[in-house]
Order: sequence, then C-alpha cells, then structure tokens
Amino acid sequence: MSASPRRRARSAIGEPAPVRVVLIVLTIAFLTAFLVLPLVLMFSQALAGGVAAYLAAIGDRDTLAAIRLTLVAAAIAVPLNAVFGVAAAWAIAKFDFRGKNLLITLIDLPFSVSPVIAGLVFILLFGAHGWFGAWLSAHDVRIVFALPGIVLATIFVTFPFVARELIPLMQAQGSSEEEAALTLGAGGWKLFWHVTLPNVRWGLLYGILLCNARAMGEFGAVSVVSGHIRGLTNTMPLHVEVLYNDYQFAAAFAVASLLALLALVTLGLKSLLEWRHGDELAALRGR
Amino acid sequence: MTSRLAGLVLAFAAGFAAIGTASGAEVSLFNVSYDPTRELYQDINTQFAAYWKSRTGDTVTIRQSHGGSSKQARAIIDGLEADVATLGIASDIDALHEHGDLLPADWQSRLPGDSTPYVSTVVLLVRTGNPKAIRDWNDLVRPGVSVITPNPKTSAGARWNVLAAYAYALKHNGGDETRAQDFLRALFKNVPVLDTGARGSTITFAQRGLGDVLIAWENEAHLVLKEFGAGRFDIVVPPTSILAQPPVAVVDRYARKHGTEALAEAYLRYLYTPEAQETIARHYYRPLDPAVAARHQDRFPKLDLVTIEAFGGWKSAQARFFGEGGVFDQVVGAR
Repeated sequence: MSASPRRRARSAIGEPAPVRVVLIVLTIAFLTAFLVLPLVLMFSQALAGGVAAYLAAIGDRDTLAAIRLTLVAAAIAVPLNAVFGVAAAWAIAKFDFRGKNLLITLIDLPFSVSPVIAGLVFILLFGAHGWFGAWLSAHDVRIVFALPGIVLATIFVTFPFVARELIPLMQAQGSSEEEAALTLGAGGWKLFWHVTLPNVRWGLLYGILLCNARAMGEFGAVSVVSGHIRGLTNTMPLHVEVLYNDYQFAAAFAVASLLALLALVTLGLKSLLEWRHGDELAALRGR
Repeated sequence: MTSRLAGLVLAFAAGFAAIGTASGAEVSLFNVSYDPTRELYQDINTQFAAYWKSRTGDTVTIRQSHGGSSKQARAIIDGLEADVATLGIASDIDALHEHGDLLPADWQSRLPGDSTPYVSTVVLLVRTGNPKAIRDWNDLVRPGVSVITPNPKTSAGARWNVLAAYAYALKHNGGDETRAQDFLRALFKNVPVLDTGARGSTITFAQRGLGDVLIAWENEAHLVLKEFGAGRFDIVVPPTSILAQPPVAVVDRYARKHGTEALAEAYLRYLYTPEAQETIARHYYRPLDPAVAARHQDRFPKLDLVTIEAFGGWKSAQARFFGEGGVFDQVVGAR
C-alpha cells in the first residue's frame, strides 16, 4: 500500500499509528488466545489418535445415539420456537395491547435465568415428587429423564432467539405495507404469507440459526433433566462430558469437534446472510 | 483403551450372535451407579449378559448412568427409574427409602455381606517421586500442600474421605472431637476445588494437573496409574484408613413397574459369583469372596481399617457429619 492513503486514514481516525498498532496487536492476541488456540487444540486432540480413531470414536454406538438425540431435540425445539417467535414478534410489533411490555419481559426470561434453574423447574413440575409427578407416574408417562424433558428444557433455553431477532426488525419496518395490503383487500393469512413473512425472512433465518446453535449446544438445563443414561438420554454436549470423565480424551474431543464444526457452519451461514442481506439485518443492530 | 475396544467388539459379536440364534426375549435392565464404577460395570455387564443368555436364552441390554452417588440417589427419587442402584454409600440407598419409598427399610439385609459385594478403602495419590513427602493423613494439613477431594454433599467417596481423615485425627488426639474437627478444618483449608463426583476430582488432579495429593478410592487410584501410564503418579497407602462399603439394591418400586424384579435380583446376586468377584478384584475393588481375595492379596495392602460402625453407622453419621449444619458445614463455613 502507498503512503498517502495511510496518512489520509490516520487523519480521518485521529489516532497516531503506534496506538492503532497496539490496539490491533492486542485484539489479534486476544482472539488467538481465546478463540483460535482452543479450536486448534481441540482439533489436534481429537485427531491425536489418527483419522481412523477419530471415525471410530464418532461411529461408537453411544455417540451415534447422542448425535441422534441432539438432532431430534433440535428438530422439535427449533420449529416450535420459530413459530412462536414469529407469532410473538407479529403481535408485539404490529399491534398495541395491554401487557405488551410484560410479554417482552417474559420472552427475555430464559436469557436472565440460569439454565440449571430452568432444568430444576421441570424436575419440580414433572419429577416423581413434582406437581404432576403422581399423575404422570399413574399413566406411565415419562417426561423428565426422557426425551420430552430434554425437548422441554431445550425449548425453554432457546425461547427468545427468534422473537428477539424479529421484534426490532418488524418494528423498524412499521405496518404501512400491511395497511396498504389491507386496503387492497388482502385477508389475514394472505397478508402474513405475502407481505409480512417475505419482509422478515432473512431476519427469521438468522434467528433460527442462532436458536439451532444454542439448542444443539445446551448443557446446563439438559444436564439436570437428562439422567445421563448412556445411549438413551445423553445429548452431544453431555456425551462429551461422559467420554472425558471415562478417560477417553480423544473421543471426547472428537465429539466436541463435531459440535464445533456445527458452530462454524452456523457462523459461515450467518456471515453469508450478512454479506448478502446486510441492509435488512442492519435494522436489527440499529436498535 | 484396547480392552475397552475389545469389550465393544465382544458386545457387538454377542449382539450379532443373538440375532443369529434369536430364540429368547429381549430384556433390559437399568443400573444407576456412582462415579468410579464406569469401567467395572462395563465388564460386569458384558459378562452378565453372556451368563444370562446361557441360563435363560434371553438377551439382556444393561443401561448405565454414572455420577456423584448422592446426585444419582436424588435423580432416582425424582423419577430416574433405576432397576438397581449400585451406589457409593448406604445412606444414599437409605434415602431412596426415606424420601421416595422406593424400597423397604431393611433393604440392606436382603443380600449377603450387608448388600455389599465389594469393599474398598481410601488412599492417597501423589505425583511421582512424592515431592511433598506425603506419608500419612497429618501431611495433608501442612501449609503449602494442595489437596484434591470431591464435595461430600454430592459424592459418596468424599464422605468416606472425610471420615477416614476424621478417624485418623481422633486416634491421634486421644479421641478429642474438637481437635479432630480442627484437623478437618485445616485439611479443607488446603482444598482448592470441590468437584461433584470422585471422577471429576480425579480428572482435576490427573489431567488438569491441580493439587499435590488426591484423596481417592483405592480402585480409582489404581485406574489412574493404568490410564495415565506408569511413572507419573505414586499411590501412598496411609497406615490407617476407612473400610468403604458401597452397597447395591434392587429398587423395588421401579423394578416391579418394569417387570424386571427377578432379573434385577439375579444381576445383583451375580456380583457375588467367583466369576464376577474375579472381575471386581481385577478392577481393584476388594472382593467379598475369601478365595478370590486370597488369590489377589498382593494387590490389596493390609492396613488398619476403621469401619462406619465406629461412627454409629451411616444413619447417624450422615446427619451428624454431612447434614445441614453438621460437622462438614461447620468446618467449611469457618474456612
């Protein structure tokens, strides 16, 4: 690079070069220490025994069961929260009603409550000595220490993601387009499918991605309601802990690396969305 | 690693063989156990499945869950439907009766040896060469010695650890309880972290490299030597310790619900057979069977073992030492 743009940049930013260099070096050092190094370490540990051992670890029966359970839990929790998030955001952004602020606060609740508490709440509700325990036991319905409990806990902790992405976006867009559609004679569903939803589709996808990432990675709440039955109620994050405590370090890191790959894919999709649809998503951040 | 792999291959082979001959029924059993028994029950379950197959023709799948003993008991009470509970301490199975009415109060008299098919003790694991010169319990209270032990509120092993240290202090202070509590206080001043289970503490000490000495189940200490290779850790056997008795029981209410009562009892009785006792000894648990114990006597050093009876049995020791406001709370609260 030539000297002139650098000088121009300096005058525009108003910071002397040494300060900028120090800031940049600090940022890179911090990122390296806290993000890049752990990732590198994890993958090197996962592959410590070679590719064959890595594949064997992932092909293990209990590991496959954990992967399957994680996918099933996310496949139930994410669509439900997507539907709920759209409905809540639609109600909050497009209509005025009493208790609106209370609803917004409630949606944020899972962010402020510790996941462990979230898990314990389900034990207190559905555990053998919980409010519904006796009834559930009499009808042989299992909620905690089984799939339903894991799904419930996952739904609880991922509750706010979609709604929280959509509310500011919908509020920024206002309801003028909907009003126009109404005057042109569109009904409720038509309005939703042809006007509202297309307007927020990228924000919605973004919210679903974040929701999915958290759903698959959740540890605390799921740990409380899981019961840790091998090959049955261990999700991937829980299975990583089990393997680690079994002294199967390479296998633990192999499963962890799968989770990390998932996060990287999510990150890649998110960057792609931002790159392609930055304008619409910018509305989220402007709030 | 290789033995586990072999076990897996065997399990698969057994599975395929079962498909091939498909005559008996498919049954399953759920064993909720404490933390360090992971490797033991992996072997026992494979053996039992073969034994049960040969006797009844049924193919049995045994599910496992491991964690801190009291945490596991809590989960069973909350509805984790274990057919059998193989926990680290009698008071945790007592809790299943008291708080969940899941089995009768006299559960411990239903199987031989107070329902305890194997016993163990508490030893000290140090880094190789013993750089802090740890020989006995009083070395753990020296300033500058960092001690790793799990949380007695959630871990059975930790409770045995506390009582072993306490028994030592009583013996060396002429039975003075106040001075024994001071000893515990000094000991816990040297404990930087309390994990929830014995395995968590072992990983903290062996893998993460924290602490100078780990107070551990004898079997857990030997497993560390095996998993991490020779020349990294040494076992120090103190002259006195405690006889740790991890009991087993059928959880009647859940077994009845699943229709697995007979299978569950057969599974626990199998633990007393010479075949299972061999496996138990191989995993460094002290076997109940005298013949098996004699064969493996060089594995298990003789030391002066205090029993829980010296503390009036678990029913009273649990409340006195580990209940709300008990000795442990006072000692740690004053930290």
